[in-house]
Amino acid sequence: MATATETATDTATTQAATTQLTLAKSITAGLKRALQDDEKVVLLGEDIGKLGGVFRVTDGLQAEFGTDRVMDTPLAEAGIIGMAVGLAMRGYRPVAEIQFDGFIYPGFDQIVAQVAKLHYRSRGLVRMPITIRVPFGGGIGSVEHHSESPEAYFAHTAGLRVVSCSNPQDAYDMLRQAIASDDPVMFFEPKRRYWSKGDLDLEPAEVLPLGKARVVSSGSDVTLVAYGPLVATAKDAVLAAADNGVSIELIDLRSLSPIDFETVEASVRKTGRLIVTHEAAQSGGIGAEVAASITERCFNWLEAAPARVTGFDTPYPPAALEEHFLPDLDRLMDAVDRVLGRANSQSDWEN
Amino acid sequence: MLRTTVSNPDAAEADLLGQEDYVQLVTPEGERHANPTFDPWVADVTDEQLAGLYEDMVVVRRIDVEATALQRQGQLALWPPLLGQEAAQIGSARALRDDDFIMPSYRENGVAYCRGVALDDLVRVWRGYAHGSWDPQEHRMAIPAVIIGAQTLHAVGYAVGIMKDGADSAAITYFGDGATSQGDTNEAMIFAATYHAPVVFFCQNNHWAISEPVELQSKQHISERAPGFGIPSMRVDGNDVLAVMAATRVALDRAHTGGGPTYIEAVTYRMGPHTTSDDPTRYRSAEELAEWKAKDPIARLEKYLESRGAMTEELRARVNAKADSVAAEFRAGCIDMPKPEPMSLFDNVQVETNPVLERQRAQYAAYLAAFEGGE
Repeated sequence: MATATETATDTATTQAATTQLTLAKSITAGLKRALQDDEKVVLLGEDIGKLGGVFRVTDGLQAEFGTDRVMDTPLAEAGIIGMAVGLAMRGYRPVAEIQFDGFIYPGFDQIVAQVAKLHYRSRGLVRMPITIRVPFGGGIGSVEHHSESPEAYFAHTAGLRVVSCSNPQDAYDMLRQAIASDDPVMFFEPKRRYWSKGDLDLEPAEVLPLGKARVVSSGSDVTLVAYGPLVATAKDAVLAAADNGVSIELIDLRSLSPIDFETVEASVRKTGRLIVTHEAAQSGGIGAEVAASITERCFNWLEAAPARVTGFDTPYPPAALEEHFLPDLDRLMDAVDRVLGRANSQSDWEN
Repeated sequence: MLRTTVSNPDAAEADLLGQEDYVQLVTPEGERHANPTFDPWVADVTDEQLAGLYEDMVVVRRIDVEATALQRQGQLALWPPLLGQEAAQIGSARALRDDDFIMPSYRENGVAYCRGVALDDLVRVWRGYAHGSWDPQEHRMAIPAVIIGAQTLHAVGYAVGIMKDGADSAAITYFGDGATSQGDTNEAMIFAATYHAPVVFFCQNNHWAISEPVELQSKQHISERAPGFGIPSMRVDGNDVLAVMAATRVALDRAHTGGGPTYIEAVTYRMGPHTTSDDPTRYRSAEELAEWKAKDPIARLEKYLESRGAMTEELRARVNAKADSVAAEFRAGCIDMPKPEPMSLFDNVQVETNPVLERQRAQYAAYLAAFEGGE
């Protein structure tokens, strides 16, 4: 691995340690670093080679690392995941790209029956160090099957880690942690934030463990839990609430399975109020799990029923309607009013 | 010798092509054909080795019969018999090199036996004590895939890994005629052809997918599909152990030497039920069963050995004694198998610690502890 270390050092010296990059380019940097650090890392997916992926996330990687390590595949998601399973059995560390959230379902069986369960099914003798990258979520005005949030299906499946990043630094760090993990990781990338810029330190001194949530801003009145694309929306809510004299503690969940309940619990014991938000439909979602588990764990500390601000139990709507489907600042503020017992859109519903 | 083109759909011609393509070296009556194409691939097989294949087939059939009895006696929850498919499994498994990797379905107990899997590990899954039993690395054989056809893709991925490693071994995947309808199996053929992967697709066409006849899966010989994917194929008499060995050697040689994927349709017959829960009398005739009984793979090899003067009383006695001792050990291994501890249900979900799961584990342990001394 001497060469890999040298290359890694090159990267560090030729680029400033901290730079401004988009979230998408930070993922590119994370993939590049993983390819450099471990020769067993292999990328596979549709259009990830010469094109660099439909979002250009793998741009330049095939040119640098060759077609053996960055493989364009036939258009078959079960094939991509199933091949990754075989590669993992042979000692490789595959990173599969699913082109869009709504395209993952043909690969669902291989993910939940094989990738997720082979460690258990083999009594621990087989490991599946596979990362499955999924650009997910809406807000980009796209056609159907291109804006979905399928994370709860996978969070419901034992054996998978499910994570979502919300900023360039986490995108880079969490992706490297996911690839290095000996467990399979579903890596959900907030596609509408691909072009958001932020600081990226390629050699961070300290990195939060993959399974830990982050307290983005501390507060005392309401705990707001978000992940992926809605963390940016939730940040706006923190500022708007502060203008109203309400102090929100914002938690970026980051890991959707397992969920870092300790961090959420500590916050809710302080604030007594919980709001969870995600783009995915409400029923059976991550918000339901957070609300139920936190209610079980700290019922006596709650001042109000937990609130969920989510997509509706509809299929993802046509682009012209998505602004009504997606949780936004106003809907978050409405929920803040609700958990504080102030007049809000649901006030009449409670009687 | 390998079919590389898709046949003319005209029924008569397809049938004719099928006859031409059918690889058989020993007839059901035990007579050896000359086959200039395939003979060289088994020219080294001595009478002693034939006797070894005979022993394997008798022993795995005996294991199979014993397992069915164990299920009837309540010792196994389920068993998928291989009865009638011994030649297909033994002939192919004994053609493999040690470093070739096997991706099986759940019926490949004969293949697992050839790979030295411990006898109790053949039934651990079916006793309900584990989902998978043996160490895949130790035996170069994955645990059984119960999802039909899923393992075919794993074989292609593994084979691509072999190529990346610069190694010259191969992957072989076993599946049935039912699996040929699955998307995974078809995608596996596409990926294998695309990457020129060193993989052997070994289809045991045993004519029945539970109650569905092979005609419901395919209107042509299954082997005729492969060329359409760019994969050469062979159709072989799956009850002729010598023909199966020859065909598998041809396919493996191609894989080992950069020739890419090969598809084998081994035409055989599932003499027993799909599993011990099945009742084949509801969907197939006694006449059909009788027709295939006449093509029995073990009886055929016996006749062939007899024709060579190699079927001695000593061999018969030795093989029967071996089958008896294996069966006794197999039965004891099954009955004496330690039941898994209740708390082991939480083990091996993930490599890394999952705090949410650990909390559930601790809570359930406390719950169980509350019963101690109580009942």
